[in-house]
Amino acid sequence: MKREFKIIADLVEKNTRVLDVGCGDGTLMEFLKDNKKIDIRGIEISKKNVQECVGKGLTVIEGDAEKDLIQFPDGSFDFVILSQTLQAFLNPEIVINELLRVGKKAIVTIPNFGFWKVRLHLLIKGTMPITKNLPDEWYNTPNIHMCSLKDFFNFCNIRKIQLVKSLALHNEKTSSISNINLNIKNLSAELGIFLIEK
Amino acid sequence: MNNINEIKKIIVNKPLKLDCGKIINDFPVAYETYGTLNKKKDNAILVFHALTGDQFVSDINPITKKDGWWSYAVGPEKAIDTKKYFVICANVIGGCMGSYGPSNINPATQKILGTNFPIITINDMVNAQYNLLEFFKIDQLFCVTGGSMGGMQVLQFVNNFPNKAKIAIPIACTASHSAQNIAFNELGRQSIMADTNWLNGNYANENSNPDKGLSVARMAAHITYLSKNGLQEKFGRKLQERDDLKFSFDADFQIESYLRYQGSVFVDRFDANSYLYITRAMDYFDLIKQHDGNLSKAFILSKTKFFIISFTSDWLYPTSENKDIVIALNAIGADVGFVEIKSDKGHDSFLLNVPEFLNTLKNYINNSY
Repeated sequence: MKREFKIIADLVEKNTRVLDVGCGDGTLMEFLKDNKKIDIRGIEISKKNVQECVGKGLTVIEGDAEKDLIQFPDGSFDFVILSQTLQAFLNPEIVINELLRVGKKAIVTIPNFGFWKVRLHLLIKGTMPITKNLPDEWYNTPNIHMCSLKDFFNFCNIRKIQLVKSLALHNEKTSSISNINLNIKNLSAELGIFLIEK
Repeated sequence: MNNINEIKKIIVNKPLKLDCGKIINDFPVAYETYGTLNKKKDNAILVFHALTGDQFVSDINPITKKDGWWSYAVGPEKAIDTKKYFVICANVIGGCMGSYGPSNINPATQKILGTNFPIITINDMVNAQYNLLEFFKIDQLFCVTGGSMGGMQVLQFVNNFPNKAKIAIPIACTASHSAQNIAFNELGRQSIMADTNWLNGNYANENSNPDKGLSVARMAAHITYLSKNGLQEKFGRKLQERDDLKFSFDADFQIESYLRYQGSVFVDRFDANSYLYITRAMDYFDLIKQHDGNLSKAFILSKTKFFIISFTSDWLYPTSENKDIVIALNAIGADVGFVEIKSDKGHDSFLLNVPEFLNTLKNYINNSY
């Protein structure tokens, strides 16, 4: 399982109710269910992935996070997870609000557009960056709202969203992000993992 | 009907109060089973049939000599594996395959009941079938499932008996029968009643049968079970055993011939009055209204795990109506999964060989046992 999922799993407390938004093929759900006794649900837009999840015995509903989170009552989950999909939504702000309405806490991970390789690509080549985490061309990428770790950090601060934990991931290594090292982490991290709360 | 002896029945001695107010007593519920009930009695699956179905889910139907209506899904090593599970299916009351219905004889008059049969509801059907749990001494079913009207019965069953099923799989159905569906059912009923052989429902006592009316009802309904693309792909404008149009009202087109055939074979196996009663029961089904507009209340006492399945090309019980059930269940934190299967076979998809559907059904059931 990828390092990102292990970090997410560490942030989730045992015996809680968790919703994995955009749960993909259910890898993270399966891990949480088996290892942390989590009552876990998933929502996933791809039929193929939903069917795969069902094959693993996971409770998943086919749906679009942007439209379908509305059906969950306020605070119905202890944690809501959103892994590397925030940038694909038409309106990420509404999605974040929904995550924090449905979940008491939310875990959001973000591919960092401020990562030095991304910046260098744009600076040197002058074309939209393509990296390991961002493999698509500008014309076919699902990522329509890219942001940097700093953007997300500022977004949360302005909206009084509490950053309970902010972690930077680079080469399988994690470190904490704070106000002091924000500019450095924004350059060196490929991925940001945030535990947030309203 | 021949082979009537092959129909298994229980006679329910407990009086059943119907929604219409009438009480029925000592009435038969015909059923069939597949597979073996294990010692723990935890492997039973109750399948509910749709409008024109019957208890013969799998194998060869001993009455019609055709494959059981859900043979693609139910049988040894199929999605509902009869090597593993004990499958029970009953003919609904109001039906015509051995359960109490309008073709039964009134013992007082020795005449066939016809329209003297009481109006029944989905709730009544479910309550009648519940007696089978007592008959088999099953405390809790492993699963209740069914498509279309069968799905409605699944929802009603969990509402009525919140802890009598471990999992529930309503397929291609609705919690509240739509105006469009009531309209189609009314079209079918009017077609039957407009047939002069219907004789106000008394045809069976007069050696008559509203074949034409019932056949047209079936033809109209059959169109609603398919999709526009499915029909276009299968039939297009192909002509029926001719090179050119005949400039007449014969069945020039293959689709016409197909529908006529569907209508004609249907009258051989189905009772017109049953068609009236069962479509009426579907029209009256509104689980949302039963709970003053809040569908969640139907399931609030239940711990049953739900899995809901719809089909992309089903315009009779569209995904949106299936999703309303998912939404109601999520609103109360129930354990509910949902998938919309891609298929161009319309509402009938659940009865046909749609591998993605059958695999998903199989996986969900086996993972839940």
